[in-house]
Amino acid sequence: MYTTELDKNAARQTPPLSMENPDLLAAFEARVANDEFIEPKDWMPEAYRRTLTRQISQHAHSEIVGMLPEGNWLTRAPSLKRKAILLAKVQDEGGHGLYLYCAAETLGTSREEMIDALHSGRAKYSTIFNYPTLNWADIGAIGWLVDGAAIMNQVPLQRTSYGPYARAMIRICKEESFHQRQGYDLLLQMMKGTDAQKAMVQDAMNRWWWPSLMMFGPPDDNSPNSAQSIRWRIKRETNDELRQKFVDATVPQAELLGITVPDPDLKWNEARGHYDFGEINWDEFYAAVRGEGPVAKERMKARRAAWDEGAWVREAADAYEAKQAARRTSAAA
Amino acid sequence: MNQPADALFQYLLRLGDDSLILGQRLTEWCGHAPTIEVDLSLSNLALDLIGQATLLLDYAGEVEDKGRDADRLAFHRDAEQFTNCLLVEQPNGDFAQTMARQFFFSCYSELMFAELETSADPRLAEIAAKAVKEVRYHADLAADWVIRLGDGTDESRRRMIEGLDWFWRFVDEMFAMDAAENALVQRGVAVDRAAIREAFDQRIAATLAQAGLEVQASGWPLSGGREGRHGEELSRLLAEMQVLPRAHPEAVW
Ligand SMILES: [Fe+2]
Ligand SMILES: [Fe+2]
Ligand SMILES: [Fe+2]
Repeated sequence: MYTTELDKNAARQTPPLSMENPDLLAAFEARVANDEFIEPKDWMPEAYRRTLTRQISQHAHSEIVGMLPEGNWLTRAPSLKRKAILLAKVQDEGGHGLYLYCAAETLGTSREEMIDALHSGRAKYSTIFNYPTLNWADIGAIGWLVDGAAIMNQVPLQRTSYGPYARAMIRICKEESFHQRQGYDLLLQMMKGTDAQKAMVQDAMNRWWWPSLMMFGPPDDNSPNSAQSIRWRIKRETNDELRQKFVDATVPQAELLGITVPDPDLKWNEARGHYDFGEINWDEFYAAVRGEGPVAKERMKARRAAWDEGAWVREAADAYEAKQAARRTSAAA
Repeated sequence: MNQPADALFQYLLRLGDDSLILGQRLTEWCGHAPTIEVDLSLSNLALDLIGQATLLLDYAGEVEDKGRDADRLAFHRDAEQFTNCLLVEQPNGDFAQTMARQFFFSCYSELMFAELETSADPRLAEIAAKAVKEVRYHADLAADWVIRLGDGTDESRRRMIEGLDWFWRFVDEMFAMDAAENALVQRGVAVDRAAIREAFDQRIAATLAQAGLEVQASGWPLSGGREGRHGEELSRLLAEMQVLPRAHPEAVW
């Protein structure tokens, strides 16, 4: 997920709670337990601040890197309407990134520092965006599955304990739902079409299904920070709970589309009231987290190039602002 | 098609192709701009332009009356059937070159659509009334960047001059008239491009003065876009844009 802990060094970077002032800590824990929102000026334990900064900036990076796989088909969208829808969607994702960087900045880290952490490989982003988009149906599959998985994870975060993050989530979730419907609609249209179009949809499903399940992060027994994050309402449901919810919601939608879920072990379990599904390839997941996903190098290269090649533009804008400010002062003097 | 209808069809194609090709060029920036804010603003311009192209080309198809809609016209014509001006098909280059192109085109386009708001053709007038608000914003945004880059650092100034230099030779073509357009002007449908040239020149000169940059004359203006004679880049742009509808002609997307 955009927001699940992907950094295995996280614990080492986070100071222990025993270092905090016990009275302040107790008051903080009580407020959080009472479902109150923590605001930027409020006292918070350092571990909370760092965990949230990491989580929100990782989410922001995911939105920004996520523009690349979809942007890959913008120039080849097969109708003017689809081009406009995709352009607006990718633009929304950029807006989410911006919004989230702003939320993270309220915790005391600048956008430049966060971007630098991304480009140097210190920060993580969702593993899903290290997979390539190979045909037009991938655009629908991303909207349906990837935005769909993001919603599963983010709807509970609308009630997360940190005020600026919760407010960002409310706005973002509305747009993600819209993206999901548009993605599904794209696939429905293709499934009404030619054999070649139907084959593209199935091919997209075959490639995106498992990486989408991996978005929810490692299994609960291998997800050490979960308990504290849940107590702090940074996280509201466990990885496995969310993954199950996603499978249960998505399988009927795949049936309605008329495509096959690429999992021979998938079947309804009457006793559990849930779908059982096959084993996820965790080696592949951990490789992607390490930055070894199929197009991870390409994604990072593209982001660094955009940033480096844009440096002169940002410098020029700053220089111009400084000149203007100086002109205003000398005019006022 | 009778003669007046054919002239109107051609006119709408020219307007629609300008918006489409420039919108397509701008989408190439998505995810690669200098800042997120710039990325979003370039997407905004592209969205407006693609919206305009859709309205203009749909209307062109109706006027032509051969069952072609905007998508048919956008995705199933070859380069020599496109009648956009040469300026809009020019490659993005760096951000200064992209903004130079936008500055010239949007200043021209704002004047065109402002006049077309009172076109004797009500449908065209309606499209223009919507478009003029959009391109006015585009022109202001591009002018701001021309000033910022021209008056920013030494490097941005050098790049802005180079960016503008790429385009001076393509400016005259935007204002060229032919017999068919003159006939539409007589009927009150089209804009006399020569009549808006002075306002254009003034706007360009005023912005460049603010940026500390100079207006250059073009010794040998280039043209041919309106007749389908394009540069080397257009067919490549179209090959990419049209790949799916061409490969799957019977598919609906
Ligand atoms: Fe998003
Ligand atoms: Fe998101
Ligand atoms: Fe989205």
